[in-house]
Order: sequence, then structure tokens, then C-alpha cells
Amino acid sequence: MELIRTENIYKDYHLGEVDVRVLRGVSLAVERGDLVALMGSSGSGKTTLMNILGCLDHPTSGRYWLDGDEVSCLSMDGRAALRHKKIGFVFQSFNLLPRTSAIENVMMPLFCGPGEVTEREARERATGLLNRMYLGDRLEHEPTQLSGGEQQRVAIARSLINRPSLLLADEPTGNLDSHTSEEILKMFVQLNVEEHITIVLVTHDPSVAAHARSIIRLRDGQIVDGDSISAPHHLVSADQS
Amino acid sequence: MRWLATIFMYRTLRTALPALGRNRMRSALTTLGIVIGIAAVIAMMEIGEGSSRGIQQSIASMGAANLMVQPGTASSGGVSFGAGTAMTLTPDDAIVIGRDCPAVRAAAPIVRARTQVVYGNRNWVPAFIYGSTPAFLDVREWTDLADGAPFTDQDVRNASKVCLLGQTVAKQLLGGVSPIGKEVRINNVSFRVIGLLSSKGANMMGLDQDDILLAPWTSIKYRVSRNSVTNVNQSAASSATTQTVNTLSGLYPGQTSLYSVPSATQQADTPSPARFTNVDQILVSGRSSEEVPQAIQQITQILRQRHRLHADDSDDFNIRDMTEMTRALSSTSALMTNLLLAVALISLVVGGVGIMNIMLVSVTERTREIGLRMAVGARARDILRQFLVESVILCVLGGGFGILLGRGGSILVRVLLHWPTEMSLGAMIAAVVVSISVGVIFGYYPAWKASLLDPIEALRYE
Repeated sequence: MELIRTENIYKDYHLGEVDVRVLRGVSLAVERGDLVALMGSSGSGKTTLMNILGCLDHPTSGRYWLDGDEVSCLSMDGRAALRHKKIGFVFQSFNLLPRTSAIENVMMPLFCGPGEVTEREARERATGLLNRMYLGDRLEHEPTQLSGGEQQRVAIARSLINRPSLLLADEPTGNLDSHTSEEILKMFVQLNVEEHITIVLVTHDPSVAAHARSIIRLRDGQIVDGDSISAPHHLVSADQS
Repeated sequence: MRWLATIFMYRTLRTALPALGRNRMRSALTTLGIVIGIAAVIAMMEIGEGSSRGIQQSIASMGAANLMVQPGTASSGGVSFGAGTAMTLTPDDAIVIGRDCPAVRAAAPIVRARTQVVYGNRNWVPAFIYGSTPAFLDVREWTDLADGAPFTDQDVRNASKVCLLGQTVAKQLLGGVSPIGKEVRINNVSFRVIGLLSSKGANMMGLDQDDILLAPWTSIKYRVSRNSVTNVNQSAASSATTQTVNTLSGLYPGQTSLYSVPSATQQADTPSPARFTNVDQILVSGRSSEEVPQAIQQITQILRQRHRLHADDSDDFNIRDMTEMTRALSSTSALMTNLLLAVALISLVVGGVGIMNIMLVSVTERTREIGLRMAVGARARDILRQFLVESVILCVLGGGFGILLGRGGSILVRVLLHWPTEMSLGAMIAAVVVSISVGVIFGYYPAWKASLLDPIEALRYE
């Protein structure tokens, strides 16, 4: 079953008097439980596409279904509610709140949108997630007391706190060394395999994309290679064993 | 509904408080503006209120709340004898006014005389020789004597030959010598000086108020004026000289009457002859200058009742108030209030602008945080509310500290500088209301700016 489906998405930006067409008719589909890498060089429009997939932005034209609901025509508030419920973000620069403990950072989204969560429940959920990220002993540490990999794992825990159906990771390993990158990517693969969370990795790095089940290549705002290529399954099976 | 609102508020606070805690220094600096503003307001209000009260008191001691009750005009055969010539006021009137009118602080009867006062080889005619009760000093706010002690009610009942001298009289009669215990002769009656009044200076008309000799009214009435024809009203004077009956009858309340009390009918059938002790005027002081109109009304009512006047009779007395002084008093206090208000407003605006500045800086600095919050599902209005709540919290905290600081400051001023200060509950309530309003008004613009941010731009902001 498809989680993401787009049809002919166009996106124009107005820069002064010039109109820049960033996306030129992107149509794609991502299956539920997939781990997709969205690849492309800088300027290919992959960030724009990710913003649209993440409901941060709306397309100039074209249609977008997330989880069966059309979202391309939603209002700002509607998109905010949808982000809260269904989408988790992981950023290249972690974007953790400074001078705030790991557990508070993870709990933050719970208090940001609609929905009622008690303090205790929030704490339990955040602790559980941090434990799964092997950060059970770092609950009260502030970002400056954590290494880059640990910070990114806190960010992943934060993105999972609302039990999203889609996890969008924008260059999640861009600020990390290769060893830590591997660690983080394994975490994504593990989440995908164990929790069946649909993950979209946005990257320009082939070694990152190699962890994905399928790759979508973007060039000049168009999908070059939209077929699901089932390359890295051996990696997944290797992890499982 | 209430439950929902509680949850709502809880979630907002849950977000706002840690956000403030993360930037303790900045929060503290932001608050400082309001703390100083509110503290200034409270301290100004309290000191100002105290000074204003002090000024009002000193104006009031000039007699702004005083009322003069004078008897009406006597006339004979079409000849009017002028104001205060009828003899309708009794010493009992003064006692009853002082006791029964809620708006009256004190009332004193006054008996005037004008005659020569002699000490040794010197003599002097004081501008005022007043016979009164101890309440007189209270009415005139003159209770702190320069020397000696005032006469008592006992002295009034006994018609004791004691007197108090004003500064001018004392200087004229005794030079620099302390007058206490000296005997002065008033109209050939010897009075012992038991006290020296403090200096009061000239009154608004320019008359020297220290040119006064004060004695129990009974002494002046029966020992001094009896022999001197002080009244221009011949008809009244003739009756005044024959007042040997009924002199002190009213001064011993609770005394058993030798005769059975006449019924109302009997009293109506046999009207008592108009021979009673009269006084020249009654000096009354209201509780405050605002209560003067009530006092006038109450005195009128009581005197009409006591004088048995019918509804269609005109008053047999006149009440005069110090309109000029009252006006000066109210304009002074209005001026003070406006001055304080202006100062308060300026300091609050300064504090509010401070809050706005730092909130704007804070919005810029926290752009990424705002972007992140929007990405995880905060709507524009959630962001708006969060920043508003933050600024209101800062302002309320600032207001609280400001109140404490202001109170502390005004207490210090009172203790160290001995300025009068007055705790003002109104100012505190106003301070809290104003600090919340300042938080909302000056927090709105930065919050609104924050809510307008585009999450994509905000997340990328460096």
C-alpha cells in the first residue's frame, strides 16, 4: 500500500522578477514500510521536494496524497496538524534546543500541537525512545554534553515521539564522521525493519543511499530514475542476522 | 470546557517556562525593565501619596475642613443687627454636634470677648479672647502646645481661672519670660497661665492667629464678659447680663432632676422663658474636607431639631465653610495625582519598550527553534501564544518583584529619610494590571513577527 503518492508536482519560486521552476512534474510513489533515498546533486530540487513531502510547503500545482488523504490543498494550520500527527523530521544540524536536557528535547513535540498527553505519559514515552537509541543513561544531558552521533540519536528519538507514519531525514549524516554516520544509518535501517516506519533519506551521498531499499534520483527538478531498485537488501538481511 | 482550558494553559506554560529558563540572563534583563518601572511606580505612588497626604494635612490644619456655625440675625422693629446677633446657640448644641454627627470630628463652642489683658506693668488687647472647651485645640489642629498643658473639661465645669496664651500675647505681656504659672488679669479677673500655644502665624485674611488668649468658655462668659458690654446688640446684651439662672444646668449629665419630667404637652403649654446660656459661635471640624457637605447637612438637621424649628421656619443659624481653602486643597491633590500618574506612565512605557526590544532580539535569536516547533506541528497561533505568554510571564514576574522593590524602597525612604509614605493598594493592583497589559501590548508585535516566520526559512536560519 502506498504511503506517499504525488502526481505532476510543480514548484515555482519567485525571486524578484524571475520565476524559478524548481520542480518540473514530479510523480512518485513510496510504499508503506519502505526506506527510500532521495538523491540528487545540490540544486536538483531534492530539498524542495522534501519540504513538500514533509508538508512544510505546498506545490504550485500537482497533487499529493499522504496516507490516502490529499494534502496539497490543505491550509497552513491543516498542514501543521498533519505534520504533528504523521511526520517526523531529522535534520542535518540536529536542531536540538540548546540548554535543554535530552528528554525535554524529545518531549518537546508533544507539547507543540493538538492532542493531550500527560506529563507522566510524555516522560515514559521519551524515556522509552531514548533507551531504544541507547541513550538511557543520558536522559538529563544537554546537547553540548553529547557527541554529534548522540545528538542525532536524540533528534531521531524526538522525531519518533508522535509515532509518525513517515520519517523524513534531510542529510542526517551530513555533520557526522563516517563511523558515526554508519551507526546512525544502521539505526534508520533497524527502525525500518523492526517498526516498519517509512523513511525517506534525502542525501547526495551514494554511501548513504546504499542503505536504502530503493533510490529516487532527482535532476533539474525531474525524477531521472524513479524505479525502485532493490539494491541494498543484503545489508538489511545482514543486520537482522 | 474548563478542563480543556486548563490543559491548554498547562501546555503553553510547559513550553514557555523552560524557554525562559534556557535564557535566564536575558529573561532577567528583560524583566529588569519592568521591575524598575513598576518599582518606580509603586515607590512614587507611595511616597507621593504620603506627601500628598502630608500636604493635605497641613492645608487641613489651616482649617479647610472647619465649619463655623453662627447664630442667625436678630432684628428689632425693622432694624437688623447683623450676622450672629441672635442668641440661639447653646453650649449643648456644640456637645451634641460633636457627639451625634458622624461626619464631624470635633466641635467647640466659642465665647468671644474683647478687653484688656494686664500683666505687671504691661497691658495688651488680644485680637481674640476666646472662651471654649478643650475640643477647640482639636478642631483647630493646635494640640501640640509650645509649653504647659491645655485646660480640661473639669476647668470648663468649674469656670476655672486658667488660660492659654498665644505667642504674640505672651511676647507682648511677658517679653521673653516663660508665661507658665504667671497670673494675668483679664478685665480685672486674675487668670493663671497654664499653657503657651505653638505659633500658627497669620490666617488667610492676614490676621495674626497667635494674638489669642484661650480660656474655658464658662470663665470668659461668667467672669469676664459679665461685666463688660461686648455685644453691640443692646437687646441681647440686656438679656445676657441677667443670665444668672440656668447657668450650668446642662453640664452635669445624668444628674437626677428634683422635679418630675414634664410631658411634651406640658412643655408645649408652658414654654420655658428664653433664658439660656448662649455662645457666640460653634467651631466644627469635619472628618475630612470631602465630608464637609455631609457635616453641614447633619449639623443643620440636628440644630433644627434641637431648636424646635418647624419645616417652614427658616434656620436660626448660619453655617459657613472654608470654600476657598477646600478648593485649594482639592486642586492640590488633583495636581499631585496627575503628576504621579505622568511619572508612572513614562516609566512603564520605558519598561515596556525594553521588553519589546528584548523580545524582538529573542525572536531573531530563536528563529530556528520557532522553525523546529512549526515543523513538529505548532501552528502560527501556537507560536504567537507562546511568545505572548512568555512576555506576560516576564511582565508579571517583573511586576511582582517591582512591587516588592517599590515597597522596600518606600519603607527605606520612610525609615531613613522620615518622609511620610502611604501604602497604596490601588497602586499595587494597578501595577499588576498594567504589567500584564504591558506584557500583552509590547509582547504582541514580536510574537506576531515570530508567528509570521516561514518554517522552511526559519529552519535554515543561521
